[in-house]
Amino acid sequence: MAEKVLMKGNEAIAEAAILAGCRHYFGYPITPQTEIAAYMAKRMPKIGGCFLQAESEVAAINMVYGLASTGKRVMTSSSSPGISLKAEGLSYMAGSDLPALVVNVQRGGPGLGGIQPSQSDYFQATRGGGHGDYHMIVLAPASVQEMASLTFKGFDLAEKYRVTSMILADGTMGQMMEPVELEMGEVNEHDKSWAVTGTKMARKHNIINSLSLNSEQLEQQNFERFERYKKIEENEVMYEEFMMDDAEICVVAFGIASRVSKNAIMEARAKGIKVGMIRPITLWPFPKKALETAAEKCKAFISVELSMGQMIEDVELAIRCKRPVTLCNRVGGMIPSSEQVLATIEQVQGGLE
Amino acid sequence: MKTTQILIAGFGGQGVLFAGKFLAYKGLLEDRQVSWLPSYGPEMRGGTANCSVTISDAPIGSPIVTKPDCLIAMNLPSLLKYKDTVKAGGTIILDSALISEKVERDDVNVYYVPATKLAGEAGFPTLANMILTGKYLAAVDEVGMADIDDVLAKVVPPKKANLVEINKQALTIGHDYE
Repeated sequence: MAEKVLMKGNEAIAEAAILAGCRHYFGYPITPQTEIAAYMAKRMPKIGGCFLQAESEVAAINMVYGLASTGKRVMTSSSSPGISLKAEGLSYMAGSDLPALVVNVQRGGPGLGGIQPSQSDYFQATRGGGHGDYHMIVLAPASVQEMASLTFKGFDLAEKYRVTSMILADGTMGQMMEPVELEMGEVNEHDKSWAVTGTKMARKHNIINSLSLNSEQLEQQNFERFERYKKIEENEVMYEEFMMDDAEICVVAFGIASRVSKNAIMEARAKGIKVGMIRPITLWPFPKKALETAAEKCKAFISVELSMGQMIEDVELAIRCKRPVTLCNRVGGMIPSSEQVLATIEQVQGGLE
Repeated sequence: MKTTQILIAGFGGQGVLFAGKFLAYKGLLEDRQVSWLPSYGPEMRGGTANCSVTISDAPIGSPIVTKPDCLIAMNLPSLLKYKDTVKAGGTIILDSALISEKVERDDVNVYYVPATKLAGEAGFPTLANMILTGKYLAAVDEVGMADIDDVLAKVVPPKKANLVEINKQALTIGHDYE
């Protein structure tokens, strides 16, 4: 086993990206994710990589677009308002079928909002972020270890399916330190025959472009893209089940909300309440089948979120509104306490009796 | 299965986060589960800073400490804000050189350590944080001072290796303070 080191979540993302072979980072500083850029600024020059602080978020994402076109691993990171600025680029990259990794360490919004943790970019992330029909693979780490492992995996999935992977974290995950083991394994090779690398007069030109003025052709491109999305939905769903074996109440939570919920579930179990949790690790694709199956046994669901209720819609959709879903939330940079989650569990339990 | 939740609070610049990092690394080297979570904000020196540290034999759920087993308070606002959140049977360690107030709770152990004064007298005025941490090692920590050399080697950056010795002295002063 590799040695465990204490790292901040943001630093773990940066180091895992380097281990995944990423040698290009373009970004613009914003709290609470600036440690990613700081780490890259320190490390990239030492390993022959490129750290570039762009003049703006828009510039950074377009540098990512350009670099991704060459088939090299590339990333950018930001926090909520900065991700909104990158949304155009995300859409263009989707339209050009380019792999890249984008990190959003969320803070409270809307607007400039605050700098404290939030999960209120759930809709933006899981619905693509920019305009047009597209998805990103959205990964939601709940520990510093997962900040690293999901970053590593995110690069792999992005190349495998030629999509953008987004790490959807929050300020707590970015700022906290936990032991992390950085043994990430081998980097998988994927087909890059589409990349713009210079033809050496030996092959046809590859063209990376999101403009397609022929409607029939554009429709076909969308169909083809959604065939790939279907494969992602079939093969790449990740979630964790916690105490679900005999659960009558199912908490659904990701990221920091899932950590707080675990405490509440342990306390509720000590009081004899049969409650468990499904923690989505991929927010897109969402673990629909796991929830649908849970709805056969569980009588009620609770969605714990740092938003006004965004993921709750996906929970309701997944279980086809067969069971009641209660929202337990705080917003604006506040985090639900385990006491609040426990109170919600007890209230829902009371309704079942 | 034991879990210890520690909240360290004070002004920015007092070494609140470093003290927390020391305790987190100590837990890590003792093969326990640890989490360290700083408050982060636009304020730096002079603003309020606090740090949640959890050390446990079991996987850690929430890293946010709302009901600490031990509060280390480095200024009055922090003591006033958090003293009532400490669990019954828990511990409060405070810098009595900066806080003249007494804690009016009889269900917690309170240690009054004039850390800032002691640090000044010892010639390292910025290490009040480690003096208070030393008291923590004596009063709460199960392992105490046994492995602090290894911990300091991890937590003090190599470029500042000359600071290891005075950190050790500060920990010892706090540990031995009656």
